[in-house]
Amino acid sequence: MDYLLQRRLIFVTGKGGVGKSTVAISLGLVAARRGLRTIVAELSGHDRLQALFEPPAQNGGSGRPGAEHPYEEVELAPDLFAISIDPQHAMEEYLRVKTGPLGQAVGSTKLFQAFAMATPGMRELLSIGKVWELAQFERRTRDAEPYDLVIVDAPATGHGAGILRTPRTFAEIARVGPIAHQSGQIARTIADRSFTGVIAVSTPEEMPVNETIGLHETLLRDELDLDAVIVNARYPELIAAADTPVLQKGLDADPGPVIRAALRAAVSRQARASAQAAQQQRLQEAFPDRVLTLPYLFAPEIGLAELEELADNLEASLA
Amino acid sequence: MNIPELLDGKRVCVCAGAGGVGKTTTSAVIALGMAARGLRVAVVTIDPARRLANALGLEELENEPRQVSPERLAAHGLEVQGELWAMMLDPKRTFDELIDRLASTPQRAAEVKANRVYQELSTAVSGSQEFTAVSKLYELAREQDFDLLVLDTPPSRSALDFFEAPGRLTSFLEGRALKAFLRPTSLGMRVLGAGAAPLLGGLRRITGIDLVSDLSTFFGLLGDMTENFSARAREVESLLHAPETAFLLVTSAQREPIDEGIWFRRTLQSSGLPFCGVVVNRFHHDLGDATDPEALRAELANLLDPELAAQVAANWSDYHVLAARDAANVERLAAELEGEPLLLVPQLDDDVHDVSGLVRVHRYLFASDDERARLIEDVVA
Repeated sequence: MDYLLQRRLIFVTGKGGVGKSTVAISLGLVAARRGLRTIVAELSGHDRLQALFEPPAQNGGSGRPGAEHPYEEVELAPDLFAISIDPQHAMEEYLRVKTGPLGQAVGSTKLFQAFAMATPGMRELLSIGKVWELAQFERRTRDAEPYDLVIVDAPATGHGAGILRTPRTFAEIARVGPIAHQSGQIARTIADRSFTGVIAVSTPEEMPVNETIGLHETLLRDELDLDAVIVNARYPELIAAADTPVLQKGLDADPGPVIRAALRAAVSRQARASAQAAQQQRLQEAFPDRVLTLPYLFAPEIGLAELEELADNLEASLA
Repeated sequence: MNIPELLDGKRVCVCAGAGGVGKTTTSAVIALGMAARGLRVAVVTIDPARRLANALGLEELENEPRQVSPERLAAHGLEVQGELWAMMLDPKRTFDELIDRLASTPQRAAEVKANRVYQELSTAVSGSQEFTAVSKLYELAREQDFDLLVLDTPPSRSALDFFEAPGRLTSFLEGRALKAFLRPTSLGMRVLGAGAAPLLGGLRRITGIDLVSDLSTFFGLLGDMTENFSARAREVESLLHAPETAFLLVTSAQREPIDEGIWFRRTLQSSGLPFCGVVVNRFHHDLGDATDPEALRAELANLLDPELAAQVAANWSDYHVLAARDAANVERLAAELEGEPLLLVPQLDDDVHDVSGLVRVHRYLFASDDERARLIEDVVA
């Protein structure tokens, strides 16, 4: 699986709630440890990445989660950067760099901005265009240093697949002109599997696994593929299935309340673990040699220590 | 407090929440339970995994509700006095139908649907699912005779997308930004007003001429529909603000969905939308005092072999980390509420993805407080 870190651009997607951001940033930590200058780019418009490095909001916080959008590249740790990508901001930057004074003048009018933002798919195209720019050896933004690896914390499955398709659609709609040229370039970059990788994150549960398999089919239709499936939040082996009857017998003997609760929790853990094993098996069969597994962390919050622990796990399985 | 009390007098229940918190399951359970009590209920879902819909006997995407066979539910011990109807929304088809309804002539509708920009809009664009879901909800509320409609909001990362995305799309469809570019009477490039000439130059240079032409054709086609889109948007708004509508927040007890939930509720309030309560799924109930794991291990060793005793004690500690986490997060949310109910559904032993799973969750959401307390004791203690 070491090939993953040899890509320059990796999209991380998956069903909502499976831990895409957590996995994206853990992968970023692994890359940074190897000395790769890495950036994790968030496309969903919510800045979760920085929040992972911050304490939880008190009393519900002062505002919307991730309200402080760092549209600029921010260094979170040595060699590890993050950016939250906003289409509007990306467009202004594009016009500034690409089209000179005229473009800038036109682009700065409210009318033009409203027009561009209203164009179906334009927000998606601008976002993915910025991702593409981050992954270039020669950055178009002046004085910007290149990255060795760009990890995209992409939107949830359905929309995530859509965003990978957008540049191709635009290249076909526009046919000629700068948008066609630029979208074509981005589409080719995405299609180049030695450059771009796609990772699906799933929990070992029925619905996320179904969605992962569905995502794979969608990608294949678009002539793309999944490079890896990361199973997140797998319960570590603890209680063997063979022990369940013993635990059940203990419960039937009507022990005191605490013992009873402890035995019940153990039975429940075992039941969930074996359900997880069955779901993991489905993924292994669908994606032989492409499945990595991360443990469930019994921690109150995912903070830096937990991210480092997940990075340790990833590093071990990537080796 | 339970779901029937919470939805008393309501005709529309919108289940919103961050991705992966069990919105689809909760919507299905609410619809199922209210139908069991004698109402005629329809649940509208966008469930890309389809498993749940398949469990209800819906084999494919359809744009009209279908009745779920009562036998299927009775087989799992739930007697349905009323009727349960369900539909899985196909956003593309719903959008097409909307164009059919709002276009002045069938030919105009066909032109719009054949336009590449429209095709991109109706499938790939964020917000199109939200837009079509709300639009469908409105049609069902107006045209069909259901006692209760339950809407499962589309999968998204954030509960707020449900409000923000359709707004973006509606303002696009209303053509606010475009009226400046276009004269409403004609089609294509020639409709661009004289004042737009310098902008057009910029657009050509930045975008490429064919895209501009496709776009202006599209906007031209849409021209005579903008009034209808505006009217539709106002009607949908008033349905969402109606006192018979209830917004239910669905969440898990983890930090991010709870943070989202808190913000979601504030946004509802400031927009004057009717918030009616919270369902917290996969909650780890506190199992009494967090006994010292070493003492517990020693006590367990009287019953079990030492290795298993150590494992059970270790699991107990693991569980308590989650119970403490869940309690703290839910407390944060509860502090924000002003008397709106908060219902807890425990973490069950297996995934909920079929009718028997729905029936299990149903017991918690439809029980009285006392019954629920007994059930929880039964599961966890």
